[in-house]
Amino acid sequence: MAKSKMTLVDKVWESHLVRSAEGEPDLLFIDLHLVHEVTSPQAFEGLRMAGRGVRRPDLTVATADHNVPTVDVDKPIADPVSKKQLEVLAANCEEFGIVCYPMGHANQGIVHVIGPELGLSQPGMTIVCGDSHTSTHGALGALAFGIGTSEVEHVLATQTLPQIRPATMAVTVDGELPPGVTAKDVALAIIGRIGTGGGMGHVVEYRGTAITSLSMEGRMTLCNMSIEGGARAGMVAPDDATFAYLEGRPHAPKGKAWEQALDEWRALPTDEGATFDKEVVLEAAGLLPHVTWGTNPGQVVAIDGSVPDPDSFAEPAEREAAARALAYMGLTAGTAIRDIQVDTVFIGSCTNSRIEDLRAAAAVAEGNHVVAGVRALVVPGSHRVKAQAESEGLDEVFRAAGFEWREPGCSMCLAMNPDKLTPGERCASTSNRNFEGRQGRGGRTHLVSPAVAAATAVLGRFGLPTEVAR
Amino acid sequence: MRPVTVVSGTAVPLDRSDVDTDQIIPSDWLKRVERTGFGAGLFAEWRDDRSFVLNREEYAGASILVAGPNFGTGSSREHAVWALLDYGFEAVVSPRFGDIFANNCTKQGLVPVRVDPEVGRALLDALAADPSLEVTIDVERGTIEAPAAGIAGTFPLDEFTRTRLVHGWDDIGLTLRHEDSITAYEATRPAWRPSASA
Ligand code: SF4
Repeated sequence: MAKSKMTLVDKVWESHLVRSAEGEPDLLFIDLHLVHEVTSPQAFEGLRMAGRGVRRPDLTVATADHNVPTVDVDKPIADPVSKKQLEVLAANCEEFGIVCYPMGHANQGIVHVIGPELGLSQPGMTIVCGDSHTSTHGALGALAFGIGTSEVEHVLATQTLPQIRPATMAVTVDGELPPGVTAKDVALAIIGRIGTGGGMGHVVEYRGTAITSLSMEGRMTLCNMSIEGGARAGMVAPDDATFAYLEGRPHAPKGKAWEQALDEWRALPTDEGATFDKEVVLEAAGLLPHVTWGTNPGQVVAIDGSVPDPDSFAEPAEREAAARALAYMGLTAGTAIRDIQVDTVFIGSCTNSRIEDLRAAAAVAEGNHVVAGVRALVVPGSHRVKAQAESEGLDEVFRAAGFEWREPGCSMCLAMNPDKLTPGERCASTSNRNFEGRQGRGGRTHLVSPAVAAATAVLGRFGLPTEVAR
Repeated sequence: MRPVTVVSGTAVPLDRSDVDTDQIIPSDWLKRVERTGFGAGLFAEWRDDRSFVLNREEYAGASILVAGPNFGTGSSREHAVWALLDYGFEAVVSPRFGDIFANNCTKQGLVPVRVDPEVGRALLDALAADPSLEVTIDVERGTIEAPAAGIAGTFPLDEFTRTRLVHGWDDIGLTLRHEDSITAYEATRPAWRPSASA
């Protein structure tokens, strides 16, 4: 039912209704379906078994990202199972007429990095992908969410999805972020506040002056992490920064179409007086850079803090989870975050592998060196990001500082390629999940921003860029 | 998918919160291009521990998994559902599920039973005390019961999903009945929306 005062989510939802019937989920049209090698093979197989085709190959784009190695990409892939999965993706795209950016292609990269940078992700769209971090594209004012493989097959076959309307949640961050506090820290602070389940069943709209003053890259980082707070999607209303980011990108509308698009996009922001089902307010002023200490992203403290005592949690479930996390992470309650030493630093993933992230890390690395005994990887999010970084000389800065400069892909974010942690290895990572084993069996992950990751590589323990000597 | 009306049998208590889909099926297992054979990878890293609840003989043959809050958070991997089904579970019980995971369950006929936290807690305790406790989940009525322990609760399912589960209906088939509506919608889309080819 159309309300008189609508939120951004309501507007996108209403404009994509194919069908709405009492007692049934709404049927939503999907404007863009992004596909990658891991969650699609069984969906294509399902189509073949049912004798169905892909309804809109023109609204479907595939890339190889999760499995791709980040070294020697001109050579055959060593892992036969990964190799097969990438071959199957290419063959499926060929068979069903889908555009595919394979390993080594100029447009290849992490699916959530290439959508925005190619201008495929635009305000007011519905975007899905068989990947939970599809929420990233919400930074452009799209309703973008992750789906399972059965739903991937459904979208391939029908270009629609039956969906129950989600609840809405406003997360407002007002004020000015202190220097050195990034979108990543805002995301971690929010999850620390609402918990990993706080957003379940909701689509989050991020609002407030601290949000609107974020760059597009920063908004992507923030929306990316929505799923870590349980929300299926996160969105930021499109504004001039959004339009400036999009203008001139390969798939952005041009000429008269651009003007038409702008007219529609300008009408998308939430109406004054519209209400949300849930509201959370954060002050930007007091925020500090954050570091996770546990095995879910809600187990997080400011960098000035220390590893908490499990007994300090009121809820028995939280107490037990904290105790289990400390055992897995090999940490003792009371240890100052700054006293924790790391073995590895990973700068990459769909959360923090865009050009702005690499610039922030390079600014810290420049003139410094990774401390002896620490391995540090920089994995750009896409070939385009890599090319841009190289044109700015960032690769040289990283190499001179002792960081490895790699080829684009998901890499150590989920350890499906050879970039993995070994048991007990401790890593400062700019990715989004500190789950047990996420970066390799037994690996210990601490989530941080790119600037803190770079400073940590130089210091050998968690620290801020301001602690790094020049 | 297979219709499911009632799930009845013994249950395994997985007394942990925030069990994400990376724990349910680690990423090593995601390289397979098949839909079968994932049961061996279920909770792969935890199963190395002999005392892990799934390794305990008294819980063998259970058809229901009872977990703490926030079960199935994180990654969208439907492999998690395939692994649970392949292992032999027909229903999962938790006070709160990851949205995508719960959705994936209903596409495959694995019943996501979202119980009140008190019911969840009571079940975990009762199962720890008595591994032979019989639990019955009725999809049509939306109830979960373990009479021997005096536990009875309800769980929400929207009517459409309930009907689909009970009949084992395929979503795509249902949507394709409305192909005319899709075609009509397509005719109204702004021409400037992006296309993969342009
Ligand atoms: S970078 Fe990590 S979180 Fe992002 S899509 Fe790849 S595996 Fe998923």
